Amino acid sequence: MYGSLAIVGYGLSAIGPGIGVGLIFAAYVSGVARQPEARGILQPIAILGFALAEALAIFGIALAFVFAGTPPQ
Amino acid sequence: MSSLLAAGEGTGFEAPDPIETFWQPLWGGNSQFALTRPMVMAVFSVVLLSVWLLLSTRKMALVPGKAQFVTESVYGMVRNGLGRDILGSKDFLRFVPLLFTMFMLILTNNLFGIIPPIQYPTMSRFGFPLALALIVFVVYHVVGIRSMGLGGYFRHMVPAGLPWLIVPLIFFLELLTYFVTRPVTLALRLFGNMFAGHILLVLCVVGGEHLLFGDTGIAVKGTGVLVFLGGFVMTLFEGFVQFLQAYVFTLLTALYIAGSLATDEH
Repeated sequence: MYGSLAIVGYGLSAIGPGIGVGLIFAAYVSGVARQPEARGILQPIAILGFALAEALAIFGIALAFVFAGTPPQ
Repeated sequence: MSSLLAAGEGTGFEAPDPIETFWQPLWGGNSQFALTRPMVMAVFSVVLLSVWLLLSTRKMALVPGKAQFVTESVYGMVRNGLGRDILGSKDFLRFVPLLFTMFMLILTNNLFGIIPPIQYPTMSRFGFPLALALIVFVVYHVVGIRSMGLGGYFRHMVPAGLPWLIVPLIFFLELLTYFVTRPVTLALRLFGNMFAGHILLVLCVVGGEHLLFGDTGIAVKGTGVLVFLGGFVMTLFEGFVQFLQAYVFTLLTALYIAGSLATDEH
């Protein structure tokens, strides 16, 4: 069995954005729960924060493929 | 054999290779100038969108029909939710065509990823999102330089009222943000989501097929059914992600343009 260490690195690097995205949506949910009429204002902000936090994970997956190397023959 | 996904020994399973999965030339062989499947799909999406938009808006009625209602609600979402709310009611109308085109084009091309006869998201080839991101890159710089002048545009990158000691540092960071981070993340985000989602679906189908029909025991065949079910659920989830990514791309386009338009603060 073989694989690429870069993919393990990507898994580790996805922890941070995962926590970040979780925190963003937790804040969004509690904000809407406190003030349901603010949903329309909060939604684009939450999605924007999600997109910015997710960018780090996307960098990770791109770099994981860049540094994946060649399989053993 | 894939270098990326560990293959089990002795079971004969070959994980889907990312290069073979995505490189699908139709004409011109393996050269750099080959006509590939996503190229044909991108052209097809433009034709499809043109026909749809022309037909659904040909007979405009005060009480809309089904087709007109769909087009109008998507247009209303982009125009009001993304255009007016972010760009401000003064000069958002000139950017609505760009935003609406971006949203519709990306949404259609993304949804190709789960529509059965096609099942290949165009944006999973990096060239397509890169071209769209470059358009946005040019637009927000041109808008910024036009609205504040070349010097004013660079001056507005640094917020006013900072201690003079850290101004060069902030200016350098903002320069990096405007010229490197923004276009790169815009293109990479769309590409990465479509690429990762498509390869996950391919893995679910290929892996499930191997577990069910491959040289495996009876106990393992049950897990094959689970993997297929997982693939089904992931297809629905991909549909959501594809819509969300089209929305996010348009939202960020609007935000970047709004940042270049803002002359009052800073």
